[in-house]
Amino acid sequence: MSLLRVEGLTVALPPGGDRPHAVEDVSFHVDAGEILCVVGESGSGKSISANAVMGLLPKGLPVRSGAISFEGRDLLSLGAEAMRRLRGQRLAMIFQEPMTALNPLMRVGDQIAEVLRVHGSGADAARRVPELLAAVNLPDPAAITRSHPFRLSGGQRQRVMIAMALALEPALLIADEPTTALDVTTQMQILRLIREIQSRRGMGVLFITHDFGVVAEIADRVAVMQRGRIVEQGPAAEVLNRPQHPYTRALIAAVPHGAAEARAAIATASVLELRGVEKTYRRGGFFGARAVVRAVHDADFVLRRGETLGLVGESGSGKSTLARCVVKLVEPEQGTIAYHGTDLRPLSRAAWKPYRRRIQMVFQDPYASLNPRRTVGDTIAEGPVTHGEPRGKALERARELLRLVQLDPGAMDRYPHEFSGGQRQRIGIARALAMEPELLIADEPVSALDVSVQAQVLALLAEIRARLELTMLFITHDLRVAAQICDRVAVMQRGAIVEQGPTSEVFAAPQHPYTRQLLDSIPGRGWTPPEL
Amino acid sequence: MRDFWRRFRRNKGAVVGLVILLLVVVLAATAPWLFPGSPWDMAGAPFSPPGEMGMLLGTDSLGRDVAAGIAHGARISLLVGAVSTVAALLVGVTLGAVAGYLGGFVDDAVMRFTEFFQTIPSFVLAILLVAIFTPSIGSVVFAIAIVSWPPVARVVRAEFLSLRGREFVQAAEVLGKSRLSIVLTDILPNALSPIVVLSSLMVASAILLESALSFLGLGDPNLMTWGFLIGSGRSVIRLAWWMSVFPGVAIFLTVLALNLVGEGLSDALNPRLARQRGGAA
Amino acid sequence: MEASKLPGFLLRRMVKAAIVVLAIVVCNFLLVHAAPGDPASVIAGQSGVADAVFLEQLRRQFGLDQPLYVQLWIYLKSVLSLDLGFSHRQQAPVAQLVLERLPATLLLTGAAFAFALAAGVTLGALAAQRVGRWADSVITVVALTFYATPLFWVGLMLVLVFSVWLEWLPSFGMSSVGVEMQGLEVVWDVAQHLLLPALTLGLFYLAVYARLTRATMLEVADQDFVKTARAKGVPEGRILRAHVLRNALLPVITFAGIQAGQLLGGSILVETVFAWPGIGRLAFEALLARDYPVLLGVFFCTSVMVVLFNLLTDLLYAVIDPRVEVAG
Repeated sequence: MSLLRVEGLTVALPPGGDRPHAVEDVSFHVDAGEILCVVGESGSGKSISANAVMGLLPKGLPVRSGAISFEGRDLLSLGAEAMRRLRGQRLAMIFQEPMTALNPLMRVGDQIAEVLRVHGSGADAARRVPELLAAVNLPDPAAITRSHPFRLSGGQRQRVMIAMALALEPALLIADEPTTALDVTTQMQILRLIREIQSRRGMGVLFITHDFGVVAEIADRVAVMQRGRIVEQGPAAEVLNRPQHPYTRALIAAVPHGAAEARAAIATASVLELRGVEKTYRRGGFFGARAVVRAVHDADFVLRRGETLGLVGESGSGKSTLARCVVKLVEPEQGTIAYHGTDLRPLSRAAWKPYRRRIQMVFQDPYASLNPRRTVGDTIAEGPVTHGEPRGKALERARELLRLVQLDPGAMDRYPHEFSGGQRQRIGIARALAMEPELLIADEPVSALDVSVQAQVLALLAEIRARLELTMLFITHDLRVAAQICDRVAVMQRGAIVEQGPTSEVFAAPQHPYTRQLLDSIPGRGWTPPEL
Repeated sequence: MRDFWRRFRRNKGAVVGLVILLLVVVLAATAPWLFPGSPWDMAGAPFSPPGEMGMLLGTDSLGRDVAAGIAHGARISLLVGAVSTVAALLVGVTLGAVAGYLGGFVDDAVMRFTEFFQTIPSFVLAILLVAIFTPSIGSVVFAIAIVSWPPVARVVRAEFLSLRGREFVQAAEVLGKSRLSIVLTDILPNALSPIVVLSSLMVASAILLESALSFLGLGDPNLMTWGFLIGSGRSVIRLAWWMSVFPGVAIFLTVLALNLVGEGLSDALNPRLARQRGGAA
Repeated sequence: MEASKLPGFLLRRMVKAAIVVLAIVVCNFLLVHAAPGDPASVIAGQSGVADAVFLEQLRRQFGLDQPLYVQLWIYLKSVLSLDLGFSHRQQAPVAQLVLERLPATLLLTGAAFAFALAAGVTLGALAAQRVGRWADSVITVVALTFYATPLFWVGLMLVLVFSVWLEWLPSFGMSSVGVEMQGLEVVWDVAQHLLLPALTLGLFYLAVYARLTRATMLEVADQDFVKTARAKGVPEGRILRAHVLRNALLPVITFAGIQAGQLLGGSILVETVFAWPGIGRLAFEALLARDYPVLLGVFFCTSVMVVLFNLLTDLLYAVIDPRVEVAG
């Protein structure tokens, strides 16, 4: 008998949505001692399925039909109080956002003790809580017990969440994208932790993710969801290496393969050269202790014509700050930013203006990088108009650019909210290209996109770069993406570049320990996506 | 626009508020025709109860028509409410925009200044200002504006601060747009919704403030206001309840209407917030 | 916040409070000089009919013939030595007049504040818990009604109903005149007099706190950690108390701190309506007599009360919210 069995589950969406059901006729099961990964893109209904099992669906999403049985009991017919007693005790769940998943006003120890207390085992909380924190490999459990969540990092908070979920040794753990918000090295640690605890305790795990690398890392079996339906399920090795359904095949084909091919060295003239650039943030006002953060230091690099340099690092490594220094969105205190030999750093706003035509930027968040109150056409034409081009001509050019980024020119008069994330990112690229720049800075241009869209945008960038002979500074946290698009990479850690070189060399023979750690942390590095 | 109206209409309270508000505006606009002559003139016997002697809402201690006073008072209330709100918006939006966009030291200085104005008891300051500059419609508007701008500055600053960090504003910087053009075409239009909602609530509180000042005898001595009517009825409340009841109802309805409209605007301009509020209000 | 960091935090906040008080004094000074006409006649508190010899004496006393910064210095020194000037109307030092009246105002505003906060938070929490149902609608409508009604008019209507028509409660003053009482009788008598004014002043703020509590509770209820608590199997009642309400109270406390000044301002209106012998009533009398030194004194005193109250809320906040020092 399976631990969890979901049969023909259908959950309705509120009227007016893009489809009638959030999930439709979904069936899967989880056995004790196995990890089932439910994988799909955003909006595929994977989280809804998980929440339905926990009995935590929002009021607007009622279960229409189907059955969920857990340890032989029908969960859907269980009363609210009986369901509550199961939650935290036999069924536990961890979430995507560790930063907001803990009560900010309650000490960590009290939050863990609360699970024990509400299920009637509060008596040994004082002994159990430090044990649990130690079990998830947190240092100094006694101190962490007394801490408030804001003192802990994202990875530490996710460990606390796991400790809390495991407090009463549940039979089933539901993990809803538990590593998506974490850095790659932390992600690997958490994945290993879940795997280790799961095999030690023989728990069943329902693991929700969008990342096939994570699937390859952790799954025993896989269920692929698309638009509310499971389109394919089977053993992990089977689905990953011999996908049957066209959607699964498309998804896997879109996964960056992570292997860097050797490229010819580029020995053209230098376009951009950074030397001794330093940016330090001081926090705290008139009253209050000041904290000093060295956001960028020791980060020299040279970018040659036609070359793509990847700045790779985890969050807080200073890669975005460094890129923003180049376009004066951030003003460093020291160093030279030489563009064709001219130091841009000391230039005034007005003196900088001519260089705006030469250096452009593509941003990360397609939902925040377009002015919601301006039409697409105006957005793209705006740059040239600012630099004195007649409006009619700029709009004509915007129309051409839309074609170049593979959008319908009819998009000109529409507003950003009418477009999907991938389409918006194309508009953002068109806006940058409208200035006919020589140097394009791309700040995590694909990290907010679903994997299939990500592949399309990357392909577009590669094509445009070749066609327009662009020089590119490409910022990313995803090593697989860097491997695919960059000629050279520079690895950043805590504000400094610790290693740089041709991509294939850095990937094949990393010199710095941090680079090695990063490469080891790529989820699913043992899996090479099949050629499809 | 049609979308906006559809969302606004969904909030029944807001529609009721809008209707009441329109009625008050019509009353104010037609006061000289409905009640020709000065509201200060004697119209009947002193202390006539409502309905007697042809006085719909009764007369006061000097035989003046309370209904005429309310109609003419509506003009002053709406005028003071609107003008002082515009003045407070000018100050608040400017200071908030400067603080939020420039950040750093300027932001610190402006916010300390704003905090100071929020700390001191605003009504006491308003009384003091009107008293020292002698009561007139100008000093009343000035005093109300002086005490009402800080919330605007805070809201605008918060909006600007968050919008300034948004990528589309950074993109505008990278395109080489001027500061003024970024503020006016990229940031301000996106910060407008909370300002619009706030201003309808500000008109409401300005009307309350004006009536309180008039009640204390700090209104313009030449203008008939709702607060003055209530103030003059205060000492004779045992004799003539209608003198204070009806002007109070007028204030209540107008302020209520403005608040309801404000909630409707908020729902219509921020659909996401409306859902959060449970949609029932 | 950790106990060891509290003294430093307290010190910083006290320095800040002192700066605000200083700024208020300067503000007062500027008001006197911004007034149309002769500052001496403002200080004298008489509108144009003061005799010349007297005004001349005032000019010398305040150094009005000297440069502005000297005058400011003289003024600062006198205010900081708690000399708020002299009311020539009442022939008494302003500080004495204000201090005599202060206890009555503190009683009134304190009672109103306690009532408004307790009832407002309770009603707001109830409404949030029953969002969309009739109890929520009733509370929302009632809160909106009090929010939109002028304070002084509510006072008058309460007088009309409870004193004039029903004759249940006294309509003015703080105690019955000409009646010999002792012990608990006095307390009972004051309480009866206090009820209507405190209710009047409190109802508006009740509405404010109820609306705010409802809104923040709904907002907090949507946050991730509430879902975590639910996934842990925490009963709904405990989720509401231990997770939602506690977090929702933070903005209410902040707001209550900011509103302290409005409460004192509102007391001017309420004390006027109910002839409550506090500083609000003093301000109204001074207003009628154009006795500016007293008005300025009331402004100074209420401002200082607000600063002190804000200091208290800051302290309370620091105790409740562990993140305070990090946020700066």
